[in-house]
Amino acid sequence: MLSQFLNNTSDMSAEQKELTQTPLLKIWVPGMGSSLGQRRGSSRPQFTNCPTMIVMVGLPARGKTYISKKLTRYLNWIGVPTQVFNLGQYRREVVQTYKNYEFFRPDNEEAMKIRRAYASNALKDIANYFTKEQGQVAVFDSTNTTRERRGVILSFAKEKGYKVFFIESVCDDPEIIEANTTQVKLSSPDYENCDKEEALVDFLKRIDCYKMSYVPLDEEKDRHLSFIKIFNVGSRYLVNRVQDHIQSRIVYYLMNIHVTPRSIYLSRHGESELNLLGRIGGDTGLSSQGQKYAKALAEFIRGQSIKDLKVWTSHMKRTIQTAEALGVPYEQWKALNEIDAGVCEEMTYEEIQETHPEEFALRDQDKYRYRYPKGESYEDLVHRLEPVIMELERQENVLVICHQAVMRCLLAYFLDKNDLPYLKCPLHTVLKLTPLAYGCKVESFYLNIQAVNTHRDRPTNVNVARKPEEALQTVPEHL
Amino acid sequence: MRGASRSKNTQDLDKRVCMTNCPTLIVTVGLPARGKTYISKKLTRYLNWIDVPTKEFNVGQYRRECVKIYKSFEFFRPDNEEGLKIRKQCALAALNDVRQFLTDEGGQVAVFDATNTTRERRETIIRFAEQNGFKVFFVESVCEDPDVIAENIVQVKLGSPDYTHCNTEEAVADFMKRIKCYENSYQPLDEELDRDLSFIKIIDVGRRYLVNRVQDHIQSRIVYYLMNIHITPRSIYLCRHGESDLNIKGRIGGDSGLSARGKEFAKALGQFIQSQNIRDLKVWTSQMKRTIQTAEALGVQYEQWKALNEIDAGVCEELMYEEIQQRYPLEFALRDQDKYRYRYPKGESYEDLVQRLEPVIMELERQENVLVICHQAVMRCLLAYFLDKTAEELPYLKCTLHTVLKLTPMAYGCKVESVCLNVDAVNTHRDRPSNVDVSRLPEEALLTVPDHH
Repeated sequence: MLSQFLNNTSDMSAEQKELTQTPLLKIWVPGMGSSLGQRRGSSRPQFTNCPTMIVMVGLPARGKTYISKKLTRYLNWIGVPTQVFNLGQYRREVVQTYKNYEFFRPDNEEAMKIRRAYASNALKDIANYFTKEQGQVAVFDSTNTTRERRGVILSFAKEKGYKVFFIESVCDDPEIIEANTTQVKLSSPDYENCDKEEALVDFLKRIDCYKMSYVPLDEEKDRHLSFIKIFNVGSRYLVNRVQDHIQSRIVYYLMNIHVTPRSIYLSRHGESELNLLGRIGGDTGLSSQGQKYAKALAEFIRGQSIKDLKVWTSHMKRTIQTAEALGVPYEQWKALNEIDAGVCEEMTYEEIQETHPEEFALRDQDKYRYRYPKGESYEDLVHRLEPVIMELERQENVLVICHQAVMRCLLAYFLDKNDLPYLKCPLHTVLKLTPLAYGCKVESFYLNIQAVNTHRDRPTNVNVARKPEEALQTVPEHL
Repeated sequence: MRGASRSKNTQDLDKRVCMTNCPTLIVTVGLPARGKTYISKKLTRYLNWIDVPTKEFNVGQYRRECVKIYKSFEFFRPDNEEGLKIRKQCALAALNDVRQFLTDEGGQVAVFDATNTTRERRETIIRFAEQNGFKVFFVESVCEDPDVIAENIVQVKLGSPDYTHCNTEEAVADFMKRIKCYENSYQPLDEELDRDLSFIKIIDVGRRYLVNRVQDHIQSRIVYYLMNIHITPRSIYLCRHGESDLNIKGRIGGDSGLSARGKEFAKALGQFIQSQNIRDLKVWTSQMKRTIQTAEALGVQYEQWKALNEIDAGVCEELMYEEIQQRYPLEFALRDQDKYRYRYPKGESYEDLVQRLEPVIMELERQENVLVICHQAVMRCLLAYFLDKTAEELPYLKCTLHTVLKLTPMAYGCKVESVCLNVDAVNTHRDRPSNVDVSRLPEEALLTVPDHH
């Protein structure tokens, strides 16, 4: 850190450069047209200063893959490039057909050789992910049940300068293990050609192969390592030596997720007056169709017979009006407010094209990162929705009545989507999300109340020099 | 987020049913000099700042009120019948006040700060909580590092009212004997025996944590907070951007650049920071031009946080107070009536600001030496957190331009050093006028507006 003073003392007396605002992100940078990469300011707080390997530990059917996938989904959503490296998949590529549990016997020398080989390949791919693909976090999803195996990983990480954080899942509740086995193991490619009984017997023998040599992370012996031990799906946690911000966030996330069955209902407010006029943003009330929808939503919710449903809205009139029709208590979150379109608030797309044609084009070029002048970007939205996601993870049955851009962000989190700003979230449609196995089941309910379409696809020509007709090609109809 | 209102089950008087938002009793556990009071006070400060009405109840204080003069450690001997009687009475008196705070005074969290080292004492508290419909969450601090314990004793015990009449050596000797009195009967929270309780065990000042059965949102936030704080000595520097062009014109908000004097301040700030010789200093700014321009003059790396942006004044952005009075006299009066909760039309309130600054505070707790270059309203919120100011005081804290505040955690609080960098700037502080009535005259509304061009 001293070096930054030594190198820059000459700057102290130099002319202070003028700042300009980058067109897409609206970030202030010194000088004209300098790239974001050259500046001293970084536009997001640093989660960590070097790549991190998250290493799963635990017997089979302890939820390691479930945790790996969920954590990866969360980290990517908050903007930390993360990838899972599942050793079972490496095995399936090398050993094309799975015969039986004998492959995993600790005395099976030949199999051991093969297993060490593909484990080493996985590590190579991780290094590649960090150095060539700008990855920041790699989740190494495997049993890693021996101190020896963990030692290999630690040496590898030390040599490369990666941080290591272990996540161990310990579970001795036979019911949970059986539920896991039924939910995800029996449908695995390994057991495609078996009947359920055979598969279960083989899988239990597989677990036994690991049990003999399993050395759990130890409070004393492993006191220099960074790890979290999760007991019985979260009733207890042991956390050791959290090193940095990202590890702290990971621990917080893991401590908030649960596996109790539940459903999350996502819906937009009923059609609003500004919707009818094709205007974005604002804070208007419901149109008459919107009011019909609110009543229909109430009926739908009653029909679903949901246990202990929580209802959340934003602070904007249209979501609150919609919730009021349900006749139940609801909580208002300012964080659920629609994306702030800044100077474009309450404009039609035609007006935006007329008054801010360059902005309109930039938005089409990178809709996720584009920030409205004096407004927000989808990227900003995700950041402010993070506490909502965290609380959704803690809760059970919830109905979230929100807005188009907000609903896209939430949906992208649950469904791990890449095309977030273009996800279809039409008015008057409820999405019911139910966690299932490693993902999320989605059921879509259109409540049969007519509404305008507010979805604008990306037009073909996103060039700043395009003609107005090309820009407005995909604008949906309105009054 | 507005919480649902609490409902009370009046039928079952012995064991009230706990609704999700029922009050929480946090109970500290641990030998003397393990940081229980430090944690209690810090946690209370944090919870109040995020708008969860919290109060700490330190049994030691109740004891001092009861036994006017502290003689020696003998009071704490486990075979001192009279001592035990008094101590139990004090604990019960404190619990009574807890009940009043949580049931009658609208409190949501009470922190019961005492050693609570025996299972028997903890059972008493659990029963008390069950009778009143409170949830219980234990926070245990376990530490065997003699250096840490010695440092605790020096920092907070020697200055305690108990030892005003002793010299340092006598005090330390007595205090060590006091700890011994508790050691024999200490029953730490146990993974097995206490598996149905909700608790966090903090081991060696945060090296390791054991977390058991977190019941709800507030306990989850408490655990997250406790896992992010540390006691490594460090300083936090807070300052505003240099004077801006809009500042000079008496206009609020906006995204203008620095005035000539503002640029001078930026240079002076750079020199000041260098002279402080701060180890591994992190520099944070908002994403607004004026803070970034200020940071640029330092010539070091800095991080931009959108969360540090100034309060959004909505329709009043870039207006002068005179113009706000002219166009929105009602809004102007409402703001003076409750400046903390007042939200600008299409803008934000201080209350909203605190919510968006919470991740900044959390990261400040994790970090060590940090310089935060921000804005008036933002700086007031951050300062209120560190100096434990109420929602009423917060919007009127004085955060003048061209002045750096250096905050250094000390004992149970924070030492503040104010450094004015001797570069002139306008005053942007508007006090609450005497007449906040909607029907007031314009002159009365504009009475406290600071001078500008």
